[in-house]
Amino acid sequence: MGHLLANIDLTFLIASVVKIVFLTFLVILPMVAYSVYAERRFSAVIQDRVGPNRTGIPLTLFGFKKDIQILGIGGLTQPMADGIKFLLKEDFTPKSVNAFYYWLAPCLTMVPALMTCVVLPFGSELRLSDLNGLLSWVGLPGFSAVPVPSVIADLSVGPLYTFAIASLGVYGIVIAGWASNSKYPFLGGVRASAQMISYELSLGLSIIPVLMVFGELNLAKMSIYQDANGWLLLPLWGEGLSWARWALWIPMGLSFCIFVVAMFAETNRLPFDMAECETELVAGYHTEYSSMKFALFFLGEYAAMIIGSGLAVTLFLGGWSIPFGPLIGLGYSAGDTPLWLGLLHIGVFLVKIVAFILFFILIRWTLPRFRFDQLMKLGWMVMFELALFNVLLTALLMWLIPLK
Amino acid sequence: MATIFVKRPKLAWHESWFLSTFAKGLKITLGHALKTFLEITGKKEKVTMEYPEQKWDKHLPEYYRGAPALVTDEQDRERCVSCQLCEFICPPKAIRITPGEIPSDDPWAKVEKRPKEFDIDMTRCIYCGMCEEVCPEQAIYLRKDYAITGESRAELMHDKAKLYQIGGKRVGLVNKWNELK
Repeated sequence: MGHLLANIDLTFLIASVVKIVFLTFLVILPMVAYSVYAERRFSAVIQDRVGPNRTGIPLTLFGFKKDIQILGIGGLTQPMADGIKFLLKEDFTPKSVNAFYYWLAPCLTMVPALMTCVVLPFGSELRLSDLNGLLSWVGLPGFSAVPVPSVIADLSVGPLYTFAIASLGVYGIVIAGWASNSKYPFLGGVRASAQMISYELSLGLSIIPVLMVFGELNLAKMSIYQDANGWLLLPLWGEGLSWARWALWIPMGLSFCIFVVAMFAETNRLPFDMAECETELVAGYHTEYSSMKFALFFLGEYAAMIIGSGLAVTLFLGGWSIPFGPLIGLGYSAGDTPLWLGLLHIGVFLVKIVAFILFFILIRWTLPRFRFDQLMKLGWMVMFELALFNVLLTALLMWLIPLK
Repeated sequence: MATIFVKRPKLAWHESWFLSTFAKGLKITLGHALKTFLEITGKKEKVTMEYPEQKWDKHLPEYYRGAPALVTDEQDRERCVSCQLCEFICPPKAIRITPGEIPSDDPWAKVEKRPKEFDIDMTRCIYCGMCEEVCPEQAIYLRKDYAITGESRAELMHDKAKLYQIGGKRVGLVNKWNELK
């Protein structure tokens, strides 16, 4: 036992725990809460409404002229109000449900969504030894010179792990639909499972060309490659200016389109939200849920959205890398990235994710919902074939014009 | 009748594949989003008002039909003679009048009747203005008050005192009972 304990790298353990807490509780969960707010506000402006603008820190009660606003947008504490509302509502369990699975389902939606975030490289690396001057001034021991990579688990099977865990999310929906013992949730659950299984295929196949180009499955290394050699969809610097990369731009664009469409279907977002289409199925699989259990479904959906966009950003849009980074001196170099640049990379990654989520919301109000048979037809007869063809096309192009 | 054959528009390939149509849709939604965002942040003039903070009260037209109220004349006499015409015409039956006799020693004894009770149930009133239309004495008026709220049903039962309070005095109308005629 003592031998075992001695083998544990304590620094690594602490760093991992800090990163997990930082990413899940300080980044993903607040982002989930605020993407709900963004959804409501952005939907409102698209529909020429104002949206929730009342909930604020009531500074006017303490004699201030105005409540806190950013860019003249009120209601920034709406997520807190939503959270309190969810916590205070009655947690009602209908009599006819299968209680065990009824309680299990929300967890099964939320947990996989949060688990997938461990492989996302949310920044380059943090050279904490930059803080040593400050720390020794306070009288604390400094950090070691080895920079901390900004990824929780530097797995060599990143996207595979993400897909494996993310597809567990379907169980939450299916079990919720079944355990509710009510016809609308049941229909929602059945639809969701059919849809998610169908689109998982094209989702997996769509990134095979990408993996072929990168030649590996480590998401952190993919980001580093894109930082040095141009994003897959923006090959404008480094090796990106070669013929081979530009020839691959077409299959990569196709791959990106398939990936995004499949991701919309995976996360049950609007053109494909068959699982909970309000007009047909009341609220779909979570019709019978109330209070915090409903909130968990809601949060799980948004967390899946954030992780999905994080994956899309990492694979196709350079992850944390700043456009033209190496050209303007903001590129990453192993072990030699100052702390401020590491933090800037994290910021850039978050900005890209936010932009992607806004795109999600914009699509929601742009495209009408597909009919279920159209959805299945699109998935099996267009997306699947297109993804297969794309693999072939990429292979052909890589054979004709080999990458360096 | 001639039959018109409307030809189904033939979609170009980029339209049936959602390419150009998708871009068009994004343009429309983004356009609306930007326009409304600029309006909210005050960079552009707003079309709408935010109700409780901003009100349109100053622009209410003369003929605006708000809450009905009773009025008195210039000598503070109740104009209502409790003829009950408004009670009978009221479509939702919101008005309820109990007529009362004016005692003979009253200076206005010649008017003979005044309402003993006059209740308007504001949970029923539909602000149609028929009571105002039908009143031969011009005693009932639809005022401009539109935000009639209360915490109980009883609060929304406007009795005589309340009606005179919101109605107030109106001068220069029919003068058939006083010396000014």
